[in-house]
This record gives sequence, structure tokens and C-alpha cells, in this order.
Amino acid sequence: MTEVTVVQETHDNSGFNREVLMNLGPQHPSTHGVLRLLLQMDGEIIERVDPHIGLLHRGTEKLAEHFTYTQIFPLTDRLDYLCPPSNNLGFALAVEKLLGIEAPVRAQYIRVIMAELSRISGHLLITGALPMDVGAMTSLLYTMREREMVMDLLEMISGVRMHTSFCRVGGVREDLPPGCTERIIEFCDIFTNRIADYEKLLLHNRIFLARVENIGNISARHAVALGLSGPNLRASGVDWDIRRDAPYEIYDRLEFEVITRKDGDCFDRWKCRVDEMRQSLRMIRQCVEQMPEGPVIVDDPKIAFPVDKDKLAHSMETHIHHFELAAFGFKVPAGEVYQAIEAPKGELGYYIISDGSEKPFRFKVRAPSFVNLQALCEHTTNMKYLADVIAMLGSLDPVMAEVDK
Amino acid sequence: MESIIVILPLLVKMGIVVAVLLLLPLPLTWLERKIAAHIQQRPGPMRVGWHGLLQPLADAIKLLTKEDHIPMDADRLLFKMAPVVALVPPFVVFVAIPFGEPVQIFGSSYTLALSDMNVGLLFILAVSGIGVFGVILAGWASNSKYAVLGSLRSIAQMISYEIPMGFSVIGVVMLAGSMNLSDIVHAQDGLWNIVYQPIGFFVFFVAGLAEAQRIPFDLPEAEGDLGAGYHTEYSGIRFSLFMLAEYVVMVVLALLNALLFFGGWLGAPPFLPPALWLLLKTGFFIWVFMWFRFTFPRYRYDQLMSIGWKVLLPLSLLNILISGIFMF
Amino acid sequence: MEDLLREYLPIVIFLGLAIAIGLVFIFAALIIAVRNPDPEKVSAYECGFNAFDDSRMKFDVRFYLVSILFIIFDLEIAFLFPWAVAFKDVGLLGFWSMIVFLGVLTVGFAYEWKKGALEWE
Repeated sequence: MTEVTVVQETHDNSGFNREVLMNLGPQHPSTHGVLRLLLQMDGEIIERVDPHIGLLHRGTEKLAEHFTYTQIFPLTDRLDYLCPPSNNLGFALAVEKLLGIEAPVRAQYIRVIMAELSRISGHLLITGALPMDVGAMTSLLYTMREREMVMDLLEMISGVRMHTSFCRVGGVREDLPPGCTERIIEFCDIFTNRIADYEKLLLHNRIFLARVENIGNISARHAVALGLSGPNLRASGVDWDIRRDAPYEIYDRLEFEVITRKDGDCFDRWKCRVDEMRQSLRMIRQCVEQMPEGPVIVDDPKIAFPVDKDKLAHSMETHIHHFELAAFGFKVPAGEVYQAIEAPKGELGYYIISDGSEKPFRFKVRAPSFVNLQALCEHTTNMKYLADVIAMLGSLDPVMAEVDK
Repeated sequence: MESIIVILPLLVKMGIVVAVLLLLPLPLTWLERKIAAHIQQRPGPMRVGWHGLLQPLADAIKLLTKEDHIPMDADRLLFKMAPVVALVPPFVVFVAIPFGEPVQIFGSSYTLALSDMNVGLLFILAVSGIGVFGVILAGWASNSKYAVLGSLRSIAQMISYEIPMGFSVIGVVMLAGSMNLSDIVHAQDGLWNIVYQPIGFFVFFVAGLAEAQRIPFDLPEAEGDLGAGYHTEYSGIRFSLFMLAEYVVMVVLALLNALLFFGGWLGAPPFLPPALWLLLKTGFFIWVFMWFRFTFPRYRYDQLMSIGWKVLLPLSLLNILISGIFMF
Repeated sequence: MEDLLREYLPIVIFLGLAIAIGLVFIFAALIIAVRNPDPEKVSAYECGFNAFDDSRMKFDVRFYLVSILFIIFDLEIAFLFPWAVAFKDVGLLGFWSMIVFLGVLTVGFAYEWKKGALEWE
């Protein structure tokens, strides 16, 4: 039997003095991946929760230092694997800021459409998974059905269901395929009704409400102190959304409400996400309407492959740029940048230091789930029973890939 | 000679009951998976046999051949005993359950029950109460925290819900003036007990869900927080004995709901044999149990206890008072 | 004697039968099933980590409270059954005397409720 040293340490010196110390996770159906919780329990009652993370650490940040900027996109896919397009978007924005360029307008619309679609896909998981954590298995299968539709759309756009890597520095890989916008609108129409279905199923279900209402409350003050972001912050009543308060891409051209709720309990966090999906649909519709024609990637041979492939046959210079770009990647001027976006889980920030080469000198991800997870052990009230911890964890909606990076 | 006349039909009947009980989980698991699947908008098992009909058989073979390991810190004797202890009471309960009027074959009368005893209902309540021992032993012997928590939960749950359950059938006994199940069914010749005893039925049904540990009261094995509860450490055949016991308990409760409150085999349409009519009613309740399982979340432990003590118990006491007053 | 036998013999036989079935299954598995124990496999499940200590923990005193309540109420049920069977014979006096008895019980129950014996805090 292998001894795990971490266990020994916690056991000896961190003030755990009662008899019952239990591991919850990583091999557990409700820990949303490989989170390990060390529970100090008095029977069913939880006295202390101690999250242990790092079981999914893949060294994303260190790996990125050895990859060219384009090669980093697939790494960002694997942060919050429920919504890769929005991770791609954040990274592309950060690099573009360093380069001092901006993607063409059409590309920005496409990115926003994909980011919002992925927000729906991420929120759909928790819409179904929180009820499942408290015992109602069926809702998850309903939301997965709709998530499949989102996946189909993403596949239609990028050719890949999960790890899309569709963004490029300076735009997106290619234009939307023909017929895509109609499919997106069709999805919006169907999905509007489906959200109403979920609410019908769960909003008046007394057992569900008994399990999530007034459980795991976080006050607005504490939510800010903990550094929560995204729906978890807004559920506590803090009106903060990067899309509105520090707009990037074309979000300032879109009309949408920032959903806030009052109590900051598990139910509010869940409901906040359900309502946000509606707003996402609204944004997607507006994007499809407003989207202009035009190029989808910057016309800069040093950063992106030429839009006009014929040029390669005629212009020697284009050919050289193409070769350099394909072989070494593009150089990014020295400097540092922090770019945050409103990812489905909250503020997803990329901090990049460039030394002027093709690879970042330092690459740091501010993963929202990592910060949000703190709420599990600090400042949360009304989390008394073992079953409440499960509900709390489910409502915080952490993605362990993002926490451990 | 006389004893052979007594014992021979008895053995035949026992053979039938045991065969049915052992085979029952096969269609029931198939049904449960199919009901789940269709509620959840998916086809469910489709590969083994027509629409997955042979799936339960494949599962049975898998469970039988699967490694049956015993945790090293477990109390080995208790650990091995527990599944059998859990299995026996639900089986024995069937002794007291009648399936219809006595039938005449070759001039002699045979009751459609293993034993039509005069304290049938009391016997059933008493024996099904023993079922909790298997769960306690399993949890305690496993020496795993999830199992212990599950078994602690189940002790508190079972004994808390046994009380409203016991009180809720008092009204039925008052109406029939007997604890014999056949007499109780006969007493419903005019109107079924559900008309006289709506509160009693509600309490009995809810307490029955809790006794059978079905959602929304499946806390002892809540997979969301306890992994699998008291049978976390069990695998292979011992695990399937627990599952068998669970299905039999579900069938017993469905039968009791039909017998005590829905007229048992009475009121059968002319083209149906009464016993089949009873089974149809039972099937309906089994379906309701399964329907609940895939619709509701589960209660939290303290909520479960307060429903048992603060809602069901007062309701069932009230039911006795009301039935008494109405009978005068 | 004969009647008693007729009613209770099946229980004994069936008890034996049920135990036998359980044992047959287990012995069948003993013969068929694979056996390949390994320290990782037979260690107690604690989500992939080693358990900290013995899980036979001290548990809550509330469980005793519930058991005591259970005994009280279960006794009442045992009292009520014969009364319910003979309900049509005991008459009004019998009915009201039982209701008074249940009333006393209810007062006790209300007291427990008030005292917080039913709270799981």
C-alpha cells in the first residue's frame, strides 16, 4: 500500500483534532472531476472542509513557455474543457493587445458567437448536474441533449466538437460555413423553449428547493473578499460583468442584461446561470443580425497566413513570410499584458510576458474556478451537512482542469 | 399420511413463490432501466436480445462471475453474513401475503397463500423491520466510512418510518376488524380503503418509499454523497443479493399498497383472473416507485427525519382519531 | 396444534429456504467467480486515498434518542393493534379510553418536539 505524504501532513499539524476525517473524492461521483475534499466531520455534520487540488495538474503554464503563440491555443482549450472557444478568445485578445492589433469586425462577431455558445454549453452542464448532485438524475440527461446541439453547432463551425482551437491571433481560422447562421437561429428558437422546460421541471420542485435554497450562502461582501467572479459573484448580488464593465470585442454593441440575484445561495447560483443562458441567446441573435461581411483574419503576412492563397504563387515575399510563420511562428514585441474576459465560470485572465521572441517568456492563467473554489472553505454559511457540501460544490461549478491547469 | 396432504401443496406453493421471487428482479431491472431510459429520452439497453430483454440475464451472469472481494479491515464473518441477513426478511414476508381466494382443485380447497395467518399484517410489519439488520451489519462490517455513514442513516431512517407506517395501517385494521390480509381485502368489498383512508394511504405510501429506500428517501445509498452507502464495499454476488433484497422489498410494498388500500384482488374485470388483477395493481405501484426515482431529487438527512417525525407521525395519529370518529 | 402448525410451519420452512438460497448463490460465486485479491483492491474505499483511521467511529448520541423514541412509539403500535382488531366490540368507552391514551402520548410527543429532541442540529 502506498503511503501518501500529503495525508500525513494534514493529519499532524493543521488543527484537525476530532476522530472523523474523511476523504471525499477524487474517486467520487459528485466531485466534478478529480477534486479531493478532506472533511472533518461530526457524524453527518461538517466541521471543516479542506480542498486538496492538483490531481489534474498538467503544467499548462510551463508548457506554454515552450510553445509558439499559435501552438498555445490547444493548451487553452484544455483549461475549461466545457467551453474552449471562450478560453481561446481570452488568449487571442491578450496576444493581440501585445501586438497592438485588432481582429476584423466579422471575426470578432464570430468569436463572440462561439464564446456565447460555449457559455451555454458550460452552463448547461451545471443546470443539469446540480440537480443530479442532489439526486434528480433525469435533468442532466435533458441538458446534455441540448448541449449536444451546441456541440453540433461548434462542430459545424470549427470541425471539432470539444477542443475547437478556432481562434487565431488576429482573427479566426476561417469564415462561418454556409447555412450556419440559420442553424444557429434555429437552435436559439428551440433552446428558448427548452430553458422554460428546465424551469418547469425544477423551479417548483419542493425537494430540489429544499436542498438548494438557503444552502451555502455567500454575502456580497464576502464574495468580493474571496475574489469570486462570474455567476458565483453575481448570485451574491454584486453587479459586475466584464462584458459590460470593461467591454472587449463587440460586446459594447450588444444589448443584454447582467443577471444578479440577492441571496448568494446554491439556488441563486444555479438560477443565475439559467437566466444567463437566456441572455446569451439574446446576444447570439443580435450578433447574427449585426454581423457584417468581410475578412475574418488580419491582413498582416507576418502574423497570419495570407487570405488570398494565390499570392503565394506570385509574391516571393509572401512566400517567405508564410514559411517563417509556419516554421517559427510570429514574434511578439517585448512587454507584458493582462487581459481578462468574462468566461462562463468568471473572470478568466491571461498574463503574458513576452521577451520579443516567438514564445512567451511567462504565461499565467487566472482561472476563475480556482478562485471560486475557495468559497468551499471560507465565509460560506448554511453549509452544515455532508449533503450540503455536495450541493455547494455543484453550485460553484468548478472545472478541475482549470483549477489545476 | 395427513401431514403429506398438508405439506405437499405447501411445498408446491413455496416452489412457485421462490421461483417467482428469484426471477422477478430480471424483468424488474429491465423495466427500471427502460423506464429510466424513456423518461430520460434515450433508448436504454438495446443490444442483448430484443430491446435488451436479455440484458438482466447478462448482468446476472456478470455479477455471478465477478470477483467477490472482502476488504482487509472488514469483520469477515459479519461481512459475509450481511447480504444473507438482508435477503431473508423480505423473502419471509411473502409467507403471509395472499394472492387471491382459495381455489378448488380436485375437490379440495387450497389457499393462494403460503400461510393465511390471523396476524398477517403484524407479521409483515415485524419481519420487514428485521431487514434493517442486514444493512447495519453490512455497514459496520465493511469498515469504510461511507458504508458506516450509510448504515447509520438507514438505521435512523428505517426505525423512524416504521412508526408512521405502523400507525397508518391501524385505520385499515379498525375497518376490517382483523389483521388477516384476506379479511382486510374482503372488508373492501364495497369501496376500497383508499376512499375511507386517504390520509392513511398517503402516510403508508410515503413511509413505504422510505422503508424501501427509494428516491426521494434513498439516503442510505445516496450515490451523490456516499458513493453507494452501506454496500460500497460489496461486489459480485454479495452486492447482487442486496439488490435482490431491495427489489423484493419494493414488490412487497407495492403488494401491500394494493392489498391494504386498493382492494387487493377484488373488483377484477370478468376476463381477468383475480390474482392477475392484484399483480396489475402491484405493477402499477412498482411503476410509480420507478417513476419517482427518475423524477425527484433526494431529501437531506435532517429533512428526512423531520418529515418522518413532524409530518407523517402526527398525520397518522390524526388518521386514527378521524377513522374512529367516522366509524361511530 | 394442527392449526398452529399449518400457519407457522411455512414460516420456518421458508426461513430455511431463504437462507439456503442466499448461501447457494454465495457458494456458486465461490466456485465460478475469479479471486485475485490485491492490497489496493481490498483496501477500504475512501475515494482513492488511504483511510485515515478505523471507520468504526463514535457516532451521534441522537441516534440513541431516535431509538428510544422508536421503542416508545413501537410499543404504542403493539397496543393499538389488538384494540383496532376488537374496535367494533370495545364500543365508545373503549374508543375514547384509547384516544385519551393516545392523547397522553401526543402530549409527550409535543414535549419532545418542543424540547428539540426532533431537531437534527
